[in-house]
Amino acid sequence: MKVKAGDELAPLEIAVTRTLIVAGAIASRDYQDVHHDAELAREKGSPDIFMNILTTNGLVGRYVTDRLGPLAVLRKVAIRLGAPNYPGDTMVLSGTVNAVADDGTAEVKVVGANGLGRHVTGTVTVGLSRGAA
Amino acid sequence: MTVVREGRKAPEKRQMPGGRKAPEKRQMPGGREVPEEQQMPGGREASEEQQMPEGRQASEEPDELYERLKAFEGRAAATAGTGKDPVNEPMIRHWCEAMGDTNPAYAGPDAVAPPTMLQAWTMGGLSGHTDRSAAYEELFGLLDGAGCTSVVATDCEQEYLRPLRPGDLITFDAVIESVSERKTTKLGTGYFVTTRMDVRADGEPAGTHRFRILKYAPAAPKRAAERGGRSLRPRPVINRDNAGFWQGVAEHRLLIQRCGDCAALRFPWLPGCNACGCQEWDTVEASGEGAVFSQVVMHHPPFPAFGADGAGGPYAVALIELAEGVRMVSNVVGVPYDKVRIGMPVRLEFLRTDDELELPVFRGGEG
Repeated sequence: MKVKAGDELAPLEIAVTRTLIVAGAIASRDYQDVHHDAELAREKGSPDIFMNILTTNGLVGRYVTDRLGPLAVLRKVAIRLGAPNYPGDTMVLSGTVNAVADDGTAEVKVVGANGLGRHVTGTVTVGLSRGAA
Repeated sequence: MTVVREGRKAPEKRQMPGGRKAPEKRQMPGGREVPEEQQMPGGREASEEQQMPEGRQASEEPDELYERLKAFEGRAAATAGTGKDPVNEPMIRHWCEAMGDTNPAYAGPDAVAPPTMLQAWTMGGLSGHTDRSAAYEELFGLLDGAGCTSVVATDCEQEYLRPLRPGDLITFDAVIESVSERKTTKLGTGYFVTTRMDVRADGEPAGTHRFRILKYAPAAPKRAAERGGRSLRPRPVINRDNAGFWQGVAEHRLLIQRCGDCAALRFPWLPGCNACGCQEWDTVEASGEGAVFSQVVMHHPPFPAFGADGAGGPYAVALIELAEGVRMVSNVVGVPYDKVRIGMPVRLEFLRTDDELELPVFRGGEG
């Protein structure tokens, strides 16, 4: 897949369901109650359960490799969280290729926006061919 | 937001990447419907917000706690931690199912683990973790003791050095990389703590995981709550240089200073003339006529005392040019916030906001 600086990746809509939040938390071995128990989450001041950062990280990684094809390999993922992902919201991931380096890696700027604002912003560095180190 | 207050009873929540579980739990604030103290404006990026100027040093006083916290930089957060399970296909499959990730590289006989699972292999899971260092516990104990009992994760940066494959045994070490100075944020005042974990697979470097959290004391509940729900406007600071202005307000006169030498008018009140530096002055009473010179609409954060209906806004803040030529910042009343326009003629009136405060405001709209 030919990738060049300035390319925009097609957006990916993620329905932030209760099931996704819980499944992501458990798959990442994160048993914090705020990620599966709405009542306890409310006691701690959150209106509902919310997605954990590991799930966000996983979704950002999935988005970039989905869009850049099966040869793309994640090298670095750096994210910063903003507005939480609560059940019932939709997060739209979008990405722009910042740069493509001579070593066959590309740097992609990713934003995940939900109904409250930006849930995540980040930079993903990806190898574009599986062979490239 | 989601910030969660927690005390020591829930130790897992504040774990660090260095430990087996991470503090990822608390994400950032951001939502409108979240309790105010936990809220971040407009869902902006939290840490960005937190690091904004207001989040600069919390005070000018020397921060003795910071000196103690800083001493932890470079100390281990976790030493010789081990993953509870080797890298394995079922966990990879569960992860891919949850994420909806159908990348063929993560399935089949030559499967590798999704790189973003890096931290997952180090998590303590429901049975907790045992690898955190005494230094790490001590650092968090100091912060808890200082009232910084809440945690919010702000950043995660991972670099993947080699693919993880089923059967790889995971080990890790983590270090307390940095502790910030005391910062005041929308959430409260606290310290950013950054840890870096080095993850190995079968003894070989497999990746690094840097994690940043804010450990903070939640901001004090709004004064409104303490006053039984009533929210008051801030009190003016009255001093020798501006007492005459406030005396005028009390008499429903808007007074402008006039230089005793060059007769230049000035506002707000100052000890000396902007034009010639002369410190002699008298006053002239404004006619009360003026026009909107510039304006902005305040949307967020809401300050209930400023909304006509107690909702806290949006409300218009205007720079009024008085007929005498000086300008002052005030509110425009009698006009919806989104109908205030530059050039709109306005007329002075005095608004009693509560028992103790009266303010000059400007009525616009008519004619």
